[in-house]
Amino acid sequence: MSVHVVPLRVYFVIFTSLMILTAVTVAVAYLDLGPLNTILALSIAVTKAALVILYFMHVRYSPSLTKLVVAGSFLWLFILLSITMSDYLSRGW
Amino acid sequence: MSDTPSAAHPAHLAHHFDTVEQQRESSSLGMWVFLAQEVMFFGGLFLAYLVYRSSYPAAFAEASHHLDVVLGGINTVILIASSLTMALAVYYAQTGKRNLLVLFLLATMLLGLAFLGIKAVEYHHKYVDKLIPGVAFSYPGPNAQHAQLFFSLYFAMTGMHALHMIIGFGLLIWLVNDARKGRFTPEYHSHIEIFGLYWHFVDIVWIFLFPLLYLIGLHDAAGGGH
Repeated sequence: MSVHVVPLRVYFVIFTSLMILTAVTVAVAYLDLGPLNTILALSIAVTKAALVILYFMHVRYSPSLTKLVVAGSFLWLFILLSITMSDYLSRGW
Repeated sequence: MSDTPSAAHPAHLAHHFDTVEQQRESSSLGMWVFLAQEVMFFGGLFLAYLVYRSSYPAAFAEASHHLDVVLGGINTVILIASSLTMALAVYYAQTGKRNLLVLFLLATMLLGLAFLGIKAVEYHHKYVDKLIPGVAFSYPGPNAQHAQLFFSLYFAMTGMHALHMIIGFGLLIWLVNDARKGRFTPEYHSHIEIFGLYWHFVDIVWIFLFPLLYLIGLHDAAGGGH
């Protein structure tokens, strides 16, 4: 009935995780890992975004309809990026 | 409903909603629909970045060297910290601690201002170094044209992001004012809650901008790319 209040401890754990992931993404950027550099940087960014969305933005505790809208917005973004890039990356010129 | 009007229909419940909970969920959902539009808006910019970076990876890695990783890193920490203070502001709105709510809204404003200040310093460096795309753009080496593309995207993406921060800052002035007057209660604080969603979204955009713009050429000290 009333608002779901996320315990303060959760916010501090998420904040600390975000700080650690920021340090990791800067550190690995100095290593030459070839194509892995981009994959790692984007994986870490997606993980950080997921933590913010699920906990800071309370989506984990939100109704299914909200979850559907959130998932839908990223699904359309994925369609935009993947179909366009499948064209650019497969051109012969 | 007519026999106990105060309990069944509190003043902050708009007449087109059945319950306070339905009203609150609707406002959050509405904000998420707006944010879905924002995802597509920034998505277009990220797509442009992706297309040109995959076309000119060496020029982009080289141009990325001209950004200040230390200032960008500090700004990342500042913005994530401002997300924490915003999350705490929502927490204290939910628990009805008016003074702490005002305090953490002010902290969020201060961190937002610090971010924008550092961004302004960075823009000034780019101006001094003649790296702002246009007639005055000056860049050494054979990659100048493609580097100018990188800086066009840099200013478009960080500029739109900064504009969102400025709008957020303006909204915070309004929210702090209302919070001081005690307008928000544990039962009714949708403004704080959905502003929090907006602020965290702006944080997420930066979480992607930082590695894509600042970190792509670091492992390659010579700046020549692959």
